[in-house]
Amino acid sequence: MSESPPDLTPNRKSSSYEAHLKKFWSGNVRIMLILLCFWALAGLGCGILFADTLNRIKLGGFPLGFWFAQQGSIIVFVVLILIFCLLMNRRDLKHHEELKDEENQSGGGI
Amino acid sequence: MSVTLWTWIFVGLSFSLYLFIAWRSRVKDTKGFYVAGRGVPAHANGMATAADWMSAASFISMAGLISTMGYSGGVYLMGWTGGYVLLALLLAPYLRKSGRFTVPDFVGDRYESNVVRVIAVLCAIFVSFTYVAGQMRGVGVVFARFLERDVTEGVIIGMLIVFVYATLGGMKGITWTQVAQYWVLITAFLVPAIAISIKLTGTPIPQIGLGSTLNESVAGEKGIYLLDKLNQIQTDLGFSSYTDTFVGGWDKANVFFVALALMVGTAGLPHVIVRFYTVRNIKAARWSAFWALLFISLLYLTAPAMAGFARYYMIDSLNGKTEAELPQWFQSWEETGLVMWFDDGDGVVRYSAGADNEIFNFKGSLSEIREISERHAVWKATSGVQGVDGREVMRERGIAGPDRDIIVLATPEMAGLADWIIAFVAAGGLAAALSTASGLLLVISSSVAHDLYAKIIKPDADEKKKLLVGRATIGVAVIIAGIFGIYPPGFVGQVVAFAFGLAAASFFPVLVLGIFSKRVGTVPAAAGMIVGIVFTGFYIIASVYGGMKPWTFGIFDHGIKPQGIGSIGMLLNFIVTLGLSRICQPPGVAALELIDSVREPEGVGPAIDIEEAMDH
Repeated sequence: MSESPPDLTPNRKSSSYEAHLKKFWSGNVRIMLILLCFWALAGLGCGILFADTLNRIKLGGFPLGFWFAQQGSIIVFVVLILIFCLLMNRRDLKHHEELKDEENQSGGGI
Repeated sequence: MSVTLWTWIFVGLSFSLYLFIAWRSRVKDTKGFYVAGRGVPAHANGMATAADWMSAASFISMAGLISTMGYSGGVYLMGWTGGYVLLALLLAPYLRKSGRFTVPDFVGDRYESNVVRVIAVLCAIFVSFTYVAGQMRGVGVVFARFLERDVTEGVIIGMLIVFVYATLGGMKGITWTQVAQYWVLITAFLVPAIAISIKLTGTPIPQIGLGSTLNESVAGEKGIYLLDKLNQIQTDLGFSSYTDTFVGGWDKANVFFVALALMVGTAGLPHVIVRFYTVRNIKAARWSAFWALLFISLLYLTAPAMAGFARYYMIDSLNGKTEAELPQWFQSWEETGLVMWFDDGDGVVRYSAGADNEIFNFKGSLSEIREISERHAVWKATSGVQGVDGREVMRERGIAGPDRDIIVLATPEMAGLADWIIAFVAAGGLAAALSTASGLLLVISSSVAHDLYAKIIKPDADEKKKLLVGRATIGVAVIIAGIFGIYPPGFVGQVVAFAFGLAAASFFPVLVLGIFSKRVGTVPAAAGMIVGIVFTGFYIIASVYGGMKPWTFGIFDHGIKPQGIGSIGMLLNFIVTLGLSRICQPPGVAALELIDSVREPEGVGPAIDIEEAMDH
């Protein structure tokens, strides 16, 4: 239990809030980095660096490297942003709920 | 009804719609003027961003470029879409959370320096002007080709329209007109693509059609893939195979660096970033990045299909044909000089990569075109005794093959579509050019009126005065852009590479580090930007105008093209900034608070609005 008097508005400078925010931010950065890896893999990787090798494989009438450069990478990009939106918006929501829980605990737990 | 009449009807209708929207969304304050009152819903902002982004170049030139480049055309497709992933993940939500009006505004506050702010303003203005000149020209060209008017007249009409809706409604007017323009341009692009896909492959989805087999009636036999057939024709005629990687001057290193420079440059372009300031909150900023790329991908996934179809159709309907067999569209475009045939005397068209090629294009006055044609006719009739061989003239100028811009504009005619669809494509081209021009003009206006006037020159000016200055600068910017459109500086085509390179080498690293690093202070940021700009600027100017041989940096087989140098400029910027950050002062308290506030999830500290923002 905290020593400070119960406060219903979260104290933005309190150390527990700071720690919470730090954890939240490092989680954000991790999600971002993972998605960026897929971005690089699809566009710069499959579309360019491995395109000559992938071109030996055929997808219907498309050589695969050519397909990645002109179709596949764009589709992957759209999907990546969609995943980012869903994940981040859910994290924001969860963050608020946790904050509210903490508030309730410190506020009501006398 | 003729194509011209239909075009007048569509252009008239779409222009009245834009003016009507402008009148409905006129604004009274700077918040409305610069960021549309921050009330734009995510999907509408996505459409506006898409229209803002897809310029006359995306609409008219890109499919043509891919059509002649084959696999390497993918650099534009990947480059101009991949940047949105960087924008969505690294910049858009955080910049929206900062609650600023413009990119220089954020950069200036984050690095606590008016020097950095002014560098950013100058970059924003330079990038926007190089871009907007091409757009106004595009408006003029569409008018010239479809309505048989002078280019100048077209530019002036375009200027007037943009002037009205940009000064009246600012960002709000621009946003809602861009939404309308998106639908005009995407419909105009998709309808001919679908029609030609059905015609060639029987599939109504062009993206699948490109990888499908050709109709028996087209290929003469069953089960031949379009791309296989295309590769075979291309190599037979001496061109490089359509789907093969890294042919011609496009080796792996160049494809990589050009694609990367375009991606990073896209994420750093101020007129794209500013669109994310117009939405209500961070959630909407993320969603609008998704909607934007989704709407953009509709055109960007169709363009390569269109390119493949057009390439096949172009060669198939020209090569080996006699004059009587040539299609109708060829004759109507021949008059413009954008595709010309100089026969060697045997009466059969030869379109190839070799010395026997007879297909060319010519950009010049109509009288010049006629003169060359007439002299060639004499040459042919007298078996070379008199007159001049047109092929020699063209070869000297190095302009083989049809003009790439006619690919999109002529495909409806190739597919034999109705006149009204052809006219609609003209309205689509105008929508693409106007929407991009207006977005860029707003960036110029906000850079001057907000970042320079309201922030540095006269911080105590009242709201009314600020709005007036905003309106006045946008008016002046329209006029300058129009003059560039009428008298295009010769360098416009080449400076687009400059715009992306500069955005990549200046804005992108500063913005990313401004959000993700708490160590980078004023001096490293300014030094990094200057190094990035000077290096990239020097390389482009020296290799485009100074005849400098592209550098191989000792590791690449071929020199790096000027379009790709922005990637290396960006790396240098990152290295300098991060290196100096170890020895220079970290950012001050106000900047650290700004970083904390942009990282904080929304709701706890609501997205700051201009009234509550620091320093306001």
